[in-house]
Amino acid sequence: MTISTNLTVNGRKRTVAYEDPRLTLLDLLRERLDLPGTKKGCDRGQCGACTVIVDGRRINSCLALAISLDGADVLTIEGVAQVDRLHAVQEAFIAHDGLQCGFCTPGQIMSAIGLIREAQAGDDPERVREGMSGNLCRCGAYLGITQAVLEAQKALAAADRKEVA
Amino acid sequence: MKTFDYVRPATLREAIAAASVPGAAYLAAGTNLVDLMKGGVVGPDRLVDISRLPGLDMIEDLPDGGLRIGALVRNADLAHDRDFSRRFPAVTEALLSGASAQLRNAATVGGNLLQRTRCAYFYDVASACNKRERGSGCDARGGDNRLDAVMGWSESCIATHPSDFCVPLVALDAVVEIEGSAGRREIALETFYRLPADSPERENLLEPGEIIVAVRLPAAAAGFAGHARYLKIRERTSFAFAVVSAAAALRFEGDTIAEARVALGGVAPKPWRAREAEQVLAGARADASVFRRAAEAALASAKPSGDNGFKIELARRILARALMLAAAGTPERLPSLPASPFAAVSGAAVHD
Repeated sequence: MTISTNLTVNGRKRTVAYEDPRLTLLDLLRERLDLPGTKKGCDRGQCGACTVIVDGRRINSCLALAISLDGADVLTIEGVAQVDRLHAVQEAFIAHDGLQCGFCTPGQIMSAIGLIREAQAGDDPERVREGMSGNLCRCGAYLGITQAVLEAQKALAAADRKEVA
Repeated sequence: MKTFDYVRPATLREAIAAASVPGAAYLAAGTNLVDLMKGGVVGPDRLVDISRLPGLDMIEDLPDGGLRIGALVRNADLAHDRDFSRRFPAVTEALLSGASAQLRNAATVGGNLLQRTRCAYFYDVASACNKRERGSGCDARGGDNRLDAVMGWSESCIATHPSDFCVPLVALDAVVEIEGSAGRREIALETFYRLPADSPERENLLEPGEIIVAVRLPAAAAGFAGHARYLKIRERTSFAFAVVSAAAALRFEGDTIAEARVALGGVAPKPWRAREAEQVLAGARADASVFRRAAEAALASAKPSGDNGFKIELARRILARALMLAAAGTPERLPSLPASPFAAVSGAAVHD
């Protein structure tokens, strides 16, 4: 039986037809929608490389069955930048060397965007580290990642204030 | 992963009917189930997706002062509910010390109660495991078992229950609401779990098709809010299961402990209520020696199941420390590293 799953991915409505109910959101994004920015690391919810934002919350897309997400709104790394400029979190990762090989970076950035939206960490580096602990970086760029998240959070808050004013 | 039929019922009644057939399993977020399916540890024939069932995702105040938490409430939403955190701070601390932010955003309350052990031999399908396959043996006995149980285990199974959330819940007399084809019933969370004896594959009292619909905390549980902590020893700072953990909740009358609630995690096949420790504490004045005596009472029946004798003394110490921190007062603000034992012990509030 053909399964049909409707999603909004990076603002665009998509319908994906497939046969196998075992398809994860991660595999749907990478293999059916040609969005390989979301990475497959452990594929078991331990490394965070597959982090995407679903209905406003960061989750591990490797543990989410696509079939159960019909109607969901999905944001991936491919959808965060504007046409002419990077997302503030992306800019901060570059500015602070929050990466080395780059494999974990899309997941780190999606997780950081989720963390900032959750607004639980404040400007406490320890809370940021704790909040980012679901994303492993085998190059060990954690120092830069923490600095990048703190700075991006400040930049986004300043941009919000400007918008309100 | 073995393939499966997928159904998404519209009502609870339909869900129960769909899950009452052999080989069926409920799917909520799937953070544990999908992982187990990928590893071939479990292979349900049918997944009954309950993630959109209406009415199961609410946190409700009850007329008697208690609180009812729907089974589909996400771990993160419960932990970040300000009113919940004010009334049941140790439960919040336990929730936020578990897993990662991504997993807490997805994982549900009901799923947390039903998560499976992290015993490596349960996960490794090439190993014998009585829990995974009844009668196949237990390779954890005589294997690398340093993280396995020191209480409540049997010759057939030495695995521990991995939940943090359930530890303070058990201490605070939480009740599980269950619905099945025969109607609704409720069971104290403490007795909801079975000890392994000779059938470790049966971990709780759920009958086929039965589903957890809510967890309730009684009004009295909020009486401990001023002196309640959860502490957890992990092998890394964050995103790790407990080696041992302890929930400690005290209610004072003057300088005297009027009532105590104590439970341990990571030591047994179920979240372990330590009533012996509570008896030592009731009526006592809070000091290091009474906390140590309480900890000794809590672990009195402990026995290594292998190379894990260290967990007994570690559990005593983490419990004594949790009691000391609880006596000092629940911090006004949750610690930056929830449940970390590496915080100051003395002072009215650890953080403000």
